[in-house]
Formats: sequence, C-alpha cells, structure tokens
Amino acid sequence: MFAAAAAALLVALALALTRACFGPSVFDRALAANTVGTLAVLLLAVIGFLTNRPEFLDLAIVYGLLNIVGTIAVLKYFQYGSLGDSGGGGERKAL
Amino acid sequence: MSALIDLASWACLVAGGIFCVIGTIGMLRMPDFYTRMHAASVTDTLGAGLVLLGLVLQAGITLVTVKLLIIGMLILFTSPAATHALARAALTRGIRPLLAEERRPPSKP
Repeated sequence: MFAAAAAALLVALALALTRACFGPSVFDRALAANTVGTLAVLLLAVIGFLTNRPEFLDLAIVYGLLNIVGTIAVLKYFQYGSLGDSGGGGERKAL
Repeated sequence: MSALIDLASWACLVAGGIFCVIGTIGMLRMPDFYTRMHAASVTDTLGAGLVLLGLVLQAGITLVTVKLLIIGMLILFTSPAATHALARAALTRGIRPLLAEERRPPSKP
C-alpha cells in the first residue's frame, strides 16, 4: 500500500512538473516548484517506510527546510529585482 | 485492533495520494494564476496531512512519529507563508486576477 501512495505521489509530481514546464509566467513556475518540493518531502517519507529505512525522514525534514528558504529567496528576487538591501532604502527596481 | 489500524492507515495513504493528484490536476487545468494557487493548496493541506497521518498510524509511538509530526508542522507553517509571499509578489509585479465579468460574454439579456 506504500507503493500505491508512492505511485500517486509520482503521478502528482509529473503533473506539477508539466505545469512548471508550460507555466506562462515565472510565478506559475515558482508555484509549481513549491508544490514539487512538498510532494518530494512526502515521497521521501513514503519511500522511507517502503524500504524500511527511517533515515529518509531526516532527509525529508532537511528538504522541507531548504524548500521554504529557496521559495522565499526566489520570490523576493522576482518581486524586488535583488536579493538584499543595497543601501537604497527599499527602492524597487523597475524590471 | 492491529488490522483496524492498518486499514485506517491504508485508507489515509490512498486518500492522501488521491488528493495530491487532484491538487496538481487543478494546478494544471485552472484558468489563471490565482486559481492555480488555490488548487495547489489542496496538495499542501489535505494531501500532505492525510499521507503523514497514514504514516503516523503505521509507525506507532516511536521516534519516527515525532519526525513525521515535525514534517507535518513544517509543511503546515511554511506553505501558507510561501503562498502569501507568492501572491504578494505576483500582485506587485502586475498579474491581475481573472474576473468573472471578463470571461462571460455579454450575450444574455
């Protein structure tokens, strides 16, 4: 039954990757990347149970933490045009 | 009792997988960006919650359960934050929501 859940998660991953490939705007791709990250965390947890190796749960935790940091960083870049405050007082670059 | 817990855990796992697929199908077929974001939240809440609940029922009370709960809380706290940042970034960059009046042709009297 873990195999069925893993197969469903793989199908969902394929659909999210399709949206990431065909997304018309960059935000669609960021959304698809976030969903892929969540599904990868779930898939890692299920694989840990499927192969009876609980070390995969630690990998899932680390992947979840990296996922949120990456998503926020990418969104900040695409919102403001830069990643840090370069002394400009929070000005927005008009890309 | 053990068979009952197994049954509940399998039901949770299968339902979670189905909800994940439903969320991504919605993300693929919805017409504009904000509705796609709405569809993706199904994956983050119901899908992740049910899959992790099924795994918790399989694990029993061990360290594995604690790690699964940590993963669940991580997803539950970070997914709304990421969605909020995504919507704010999209609005800042000028992506307008698709409204109902624009889609429906004014043919009806």
